[in-house]
Amino acid sequence: MNTWIYARNLVIGLWVVFKRTFTKPVTVQYPEERPYLPPRWRGRIVLTRDPDGEERCVACYLCSAACPVDCIALQAADRPEAHDRRYPEFFRINFSRCIYCGMCEEACPTNAIQLIPDFEQSEYARRNLVYEKEDLLISGTGKYHNYNFYRVAGVRTCDKDKGQGANELPPVDVKSLMP
Amino acid sequence: MATIIVDNKSYSVDERQNLLVACLGHGLNVPYFCWHPAMGSVGACRQCAVKQFKDDKDQSGRLVMSCMTPATNGTRISIDDPEAKAFRASVIEWLMVNHPHDCPVCDEGGECHLQDMTVMTGHVYRRSRFPKRTHRNQALGPFIRHEMNRCIQCYRCVRFYRDYAGGRDLNVFGAHDALYFGREQDGTLENEFSGNLVEVCPTGVFTDKTFFHHYTRKWDLQSAQSICPHCSLGCNTTAGERSGTLRRITNRFNSQVNGYFLCDRGRFGYEYVNSDHRITRPLVRSGSDRIQPGMPEDVSKTLEFAADRLRKSRGIVGIGSPRASLEANVALRSLVGPQQFYQGVDEQEQQLLSTILNVLRDGPVLSASIRDAEQADAVLVLGPDLLNEAPRLALALLQSIRQQPMERVEELKIPQWDEAAVRNAVQNRRGPLFMAGHRQTWLHEYATDSYFAAPDDVARLGFAVAGSIGPEAPTVSDLSSDVRDLAQRIADALMQAQRPLVIAGTGSGSQATIEAAANVAWALHQQGKQSRLSFVLPEANSAGLALLGGGSLKDAFEKINQGKADTVIVLENDLFRRADHATVDAFLDKAHTVMVIDSLEHRTTAHADVLFPAATGPESNGTFVNQEGRAQRFYQVFVQNGDVKESWRWLSDLARATSQDGESGAGVATWRTFDDAVSATATTAPDLARMGEVAPSASFRLVGQKFPRQSERCSGRTSLLSHLTMHEPPPPVDQDSPLAFTMEGYRGPLPSPLISQFWAPAWNSIQALNTYQDEVGGPLRNEMPGVRLLEPVATNAPAWFTSIPPAFQPASRQWLLLPLSAVFGSDELSNRSPAIVERIAKPFLSLHPSDGARLSLENHSTIDLAWQGTMYSLAVHFESSTPVGTGGLSLVPEVFGVRMPAWIDLFETIKTEGKRRAA
Repeated sequence: MNTWIYARNLVIGLWVVFKRTFTKPVTVQYPEERPYLPPRWRGRIVLTRDPDGEERCVACYLCSAACPVDCIALQAADRPEAHDRRYPEFFRINFSRCIYCGMCEEACPTNAIQLIPDFEQSEYARRNLVYEKEDLLISGTGKYHNYNFYRVAGVRTCDKDKGQGANELPPVDVKSLMP
Repeated sequence: MATIIVDNKSYSVDERQNLLVACLGHGLNVPYFCWHPAMGSVGACRQCAVKQFKDDKDQSGRLVMSCMTPATNGTRISIDDPEAKAFRASVIEWLMVNHPHDCPVCDEGGECHLQDMTVMTGHVYRRSRFPKRTHRNQALGPFIRHEMNRCIQCYRCVRFYRDYAGGRDLNVFGAHDALYFGREQDGTLENEFSGNLVEVCPTGVFTDKTFFHHYTRKWDLQSAQSICPHCSLGCNTTAGERSGTLRRITNRFNSQVNGYFLCDRGRFGYEYVNSDHRITRPLVRSGSDRIQPGMPEDVSKTLEFAADRLRKSRGIVGIGSPRASLEANVALRSLVGPQQFYQGVDEQEQQLLSTILNVLRDGPVLSASIRDAEQADAVLVLGPDLLNEAPRLALALLQSIRQQPMERVEELKIPQWDEAAVRNAVQNRRGPLFMAGHRQTWLHEYATDSYFAAPDDVARLGFAVAGSIGPEAPTVSDLSSDVRDLAQRIADALMQAQRPLVIAGTGSGSQATIEAAANVAWALHQQGKQSRLSFVLPEANSAGLALLGGGSLKDAFEKINQGKADTVIVLENDLFRRADHATVDAFLDKAHTVMVIDSLEHRTTAHADVLFPAATGPESNGTFVNQEGRAQRFYQVFVQNGDVKESWRWLSDLARATSQDGESGAGVATWRTFDDAVSATATTAPDLARMGEVAPSASFRLVGQKFPRQSERCSGRTSLLSHLTMHEPPPPVDQDSPLAFTMEGYRGPLPSPLISQFWAPAWNSIQALNTYQDEVGGPLRNEMPGVRLLEPVATNAPAWFTSIPPAFQPASRQWLLLPLSAVFGSDELSNRSPAIVERIAKPFLSLHPSDGARLSLENHSTIDLAWQGTMYSLAVHFESSTPVGTGGLSLVPEVFGVRMPAWIDLFETIKTEGKRRAA
């Protein structure tokens, strides 16, 4: 009985091998050949800029709070010359801890932090996986081209007074009694 | 007690309360905005709607505002009723129509009452597509940031600022949907309690400006209980730290002390901890030349050097400090021996403090907590300028004047929580508040009668009041008729009250006012009144230091000058603030070795041969005894940078280094943990025996676990230090308290000193406090509000003070110079905070206009005053409240070290009249 089962399994196994002999191999000749990764693939994290070229990050700490492995640390600072516009004084991601879950991107209210389809982050020393703001900040808008938080936020910025943002009325004249 | 039925479950509640309070007290989440536990209900926001039913057959019911409906017996309501829920969701949706989309850049985000209420009502998506209303913001000074777009018109800010705190310069402007809460024009908010707007505002209209510049979300702050070190009241605060810097101070509820509110000095004075002038490394000057600066040295070598000097010394003088913790003072006392321990305050202050202690210990009358002061129905202030010396007590008096008119409110059967109706019934009636002193502030506008006179005359008024109340109390015979009438009026008002309060203080340096206050309170006690006494003391731990005892600074100076000792250890004390500069210089020069333990650089540390870097309050564990005699514990919030250590640890290390090899050492040398320090303190003086009961000891655990200082959501654990090391160092171990420097540990009901931050599910803002109380507004669950160390026996016979001073006589060429405290400027530590520095006024000399004319000075001119070897540049202010024959000198950093009261010849000391300024 056992002999019969062994023979049958052998034939099935050989048939699978025979069948594969005529199919196209899945192996890719990386790094000469590169796989296609969709834009929403979650790889290396970047900090983007808004369409005006300013840093999008407003240091709200939501990414660091959302991070399940606590690998994002930052400190908020403000620019007095730009109506106290908030920016991160430092922004550090410890990629040796990052699990590329994308929670930070989901939490980000300004589309500043984005995961991009780049996974080539191997290093010989773990300390090289600690990325500071200079390493993270790119000069473009990333995946979201038109969003500018400060256009819709109602706060004053250098190029926009109160009431000049999207969907805003001009500032109230308190002394007016008109209905 | 009444029984109410909420969603078919019955709850027993206090029938004097409204439904909102009743529900919140049972942990039922009803959203609200305008109601505040300390400020009552006005029914402005319509957010707390619930459905009320006539009886169990009533199916339709009607919507009522729970904050405006009394919790009468048998009330049947529903919170979960679909119609009530829909109503509340609509209210939020209307409020959110104009609320900006700026939570990421709003400092309230994460601890925002509006966010909580929005989530609680289930409003998720914005349906309105219309443009949003915007407002211009105002610059409101160094403490508060203003962002009017966020306003939801709940009126809490003006109700607090104007009605509760007596402020005038914040108001509501405009009409209909264009209401504006701000000042008439840009400018600093003047009220001393403006910082509370940050917590009172349910959203981010008013936010903490000092916090803004080193902002961190609430969940990232490592927090613990702290006690405010900036005045003698001992308000409880929560200090929050992130990556080695103290980020902010918020109010911490203590039902007996500060309740819901804090003054601006306490809230914004914290930045001395982050100062650039912090001492972070031990300094040693091995030569005898004091001009050479001390050189940084490592800890063991410094201790060796210091121990060597101590062994070789011909005698040691230990100078304690009223701003150091009790444990640090006890450590020094143990190191140098009780005979060589000096209190580090001048003779006059020491005398006043010991009088006050005797009054509170041996007299029949209890000292008043701030809560008692709020409940007092008649108040007599003899001397102290409360608004500047003990601001939170002034705020309590603003509430006390409502006590007597409340009787009328009760007659009208208006519940006390119905704030709008109460104010309507009370109108402008105010309870008796009599203020005597030598300076006028805006608080006097609320006084029934004010009396401005020199301290001796103030004391005579007090003695006269005591004489009119009780026949046993000595009285004053030679009073002018109007003062006698005033004394009679005060006596009558106090006699009509049930809980009269008498307040005096050390501020004016007058022993007689303290004695007069004691006589008044004792006389009232003999008439069967529940009278209370309150004394305003100079510093956070003045009372604790006085309980320890010890000689004054003058005795210490004498000991060195007579050559009986040659080594001085100064504990957290700037001697130049306490005696005139020449004396201190001579004293320090005479001493062979000067060792100083302190946290900030000042003139005394510059003289140190050995300088030890001490931890500040939020970096250490310790106990302060406040002016009431209440011992309260503060906890280390974060681990210090560099070689900084708690003062008692330095002294303990020093004691071990000094004791010879093989000797096990005794006293402070055996201290290893903070618990050792506490138990040693408890045995130091009989009054301190209950020190161990102040807070749980370091071995206290629940479910075998310590208690986290960090929140569950604390972020950045694996990257905050990764630029320095990849190895993620373990969190520091805390052997001194049951708290841990982590986010791990027991979370649940805790004894109140161990709560790191007030936080509850669905309640991220400070309003989470309601969930920590059994009865909203009442004490916390498991509250340990500190231990009152002085409990007098009510049957004690009063030992009447009989030395009534003669009336003050203005001299022809001399003026009695009196100190004028400043809420911003007189406290040593808060003066190092940049925001407070912006508010410190220029030094000034206040004179009665007739005296000004006699000196041929002009109002608002600038003068140079040469006195006690120093030249002071002062502005001249003419104040009709300044008693004739006296001058008031503002106590700001430029004038520190001046001993007052003192007689001064202004003709001689005013050297030049500088440039005259326009009025």
